[in-house]
Amino acid sequence: MTTAAVALRRELVGLAGIVERNVYLTKRYFLWDVAFMVWTIANTLTIVFIARAAGLPPAKENQLATALLVGAVIWAFLGIIFEFMTETVAWERWEGTIEYTFMAPLSRSMHLGGMGAFAVLYGLIRATILFFVVAAFIGIHVPDANFAAALALLAIASVSFVGVGMMTSVLPLISPEKGAQLGFVAQGLMLVVSGVYYPVSVMPGWMQAISTISPATYAIRGCRASIIDGAPLLWSNVWPLLVIAVVSIPLGLAIFRRGERYAKKHGKLKRSG
Amino acid sequence: MSIFAAPTSFTSELRRRSPAVEVRDLRKDFLRRDRRNGRLARKRRWPALRGVTFEIARGECVAILGQNGSGKSTLVRLLSTLLLHDGGEARIFGHDAFRESRAIRRLVNRVSVEASFFKKMSAAENLSYAARFYGMTPRQTRDRIPEILERVGFPPERRNEAMEHLSRGMQQKVALARALLTSPVLLLLDEPTTGLDPRSKLEVQEFIREVRAEHDATILLCTHDMAEAEALADRVGILDRGELLFLEPVEDVKRRYGVATLEEAFFAATGRTFEEEQEDDAEREVFA
Repeated sequence: MTTAAVALRRELVGLAGIVERNVYLTKRYFLWDVAFMVWTIANTLTIVFIARAAGLPPAKENQLATALLVGAVIWAFLGIIFEFMTETVAWERWEGTIEYTFMAPLSRSMHLGGMGAFAVLYGLIRATILFFVVAAFIGIHVPDANFAAALALLAIASVSFVGVGMMTSVLPLISPEKGAQLGFVAQGLMLVVSGVYYPVSVMPGWMQAISTISPATYAIRGCRASIIDGAPLLWSNVWPLLVIAVVSIPLGLAIFRRGERYAKKHGKLKRSG
Repeated sequence: MSIFAAPTSFTSELRRRSPAVEVRDLRKDFLRRDRRNGRLARKRRWPALRGVTFEIARGECVAILGQNGSGKSTLVRLLSTLLLHDGGEARIFGHDAFRESRAIRRLVNRVSVEASFFKKMSAAENLSYAARFYGMTPRQTRDRIPEILERVGFPPERRNEAMEHLSRGMQQKVALARALLTSPVLLLLDEPTTGLDPRSKLEVQEFIREVRAEHDATILLCTHDMAEAEALADRVGILDRGELLFLEPVEDVKRRYGVATLEEAFFAATGRTFEEEQEDDAEREVFA
């Protein structure tokens, strides 16, 4: 093997190590996950029941309930990705392992990539469970749904979500006390402008302009079209996601590296638990 | 047969060419509010290291003694690429510690006073996780982890038990195993026996001796345990409020100050007893 191939193999083993660690931790904290899943289902039900209260004809009510459910599922999916990316630093700081991870010879792109890869897999599993449990509970019918197209679009959007997550994951590095909370603020702002429970068209013009750079806008719009109308994977949703991914991943890495440098300069790269 | 991997031709070449550690006029400051002036006080610079200079030869064991807040941990963090300096330079096997951090991370590992593990994960899982960062595959760690845990005296039947259920001494043995799993050529030990019971302390010290003999690693031991420093190190230095007062063989230190113990040497060099910690020392501890 060439030197480059050996180095790449080593990096990929490191990336797999991050995924492996998260599998161990998910097993250990399984009951926490169950509790969080129950909370997410209950929270989603409170949103989807709004369709029942709207007094619409059954077909329209089913359409509104599905649109709300898709928004809630993508909110939950995005929340998991942001949570894992933010925990890249916050969790390790709390456990006390942060110094060992950051002094290991693994590139930051593989480190964050490993967190992102696990978050996407884990988020997709949870999003699927959430969708079907709530749909069954409420009695939503989606006979025309194109689930394959919806899943494919969500997978493409995930790359952009991870890129944006990389940008927010730097926050706990810069501010150990408030960084994780600022990550939630970023997540909330992204969903507000992305039409999570309403069409983007109802927002003021300046918010609609911002929505064009949010990957969640295209993910929500495309998933709704695929699940309600059975739409295929539409290029009009795919290309903006690809553009945002191409920009957000290198930008996220650059921001993280800058934050890491700041933390090393000011002695913030250490445990707090 | 040694359980540690033989040095690669690359690391052998590095060892042949340059000293293990070269530190010249190394400085590090932190910005801190003076607690005595309240929360709104302006931040000012606190020097954690002031122009530290020393060298460590390949295969040598050097101990740096100092009180809490003397700058020992800052020094270790700088050498392990976790901090950026404010002046001077540090080279590890010829690599610039602040510009070639990726190269250095392959050569260095560390054991600190806190065991620092994922508490819900077992010893074996924590070691697997650490090994992956160094490119070790599951096939490579399957046999290596049980071997190295056995070598540090860790009971095999507790290998899959969560770290949070292990004693402090057991956790520190796993920390040593983690550091040695990656066959580092420079081992940074930052108070590795602090808080251990006497038996665990002796076991860890004995293991450090064996590692040095078998693995030919270079060791920088930062401690406030003078007996430990005297027992393990070829040369001993005292870091006092960020300044390295000397770094010499113990007998030379005693001769220089005309004293019988390192405690007396510390008093002769600083005018303070080793146990005596003043208010500004406690203030400095946040950087330690």
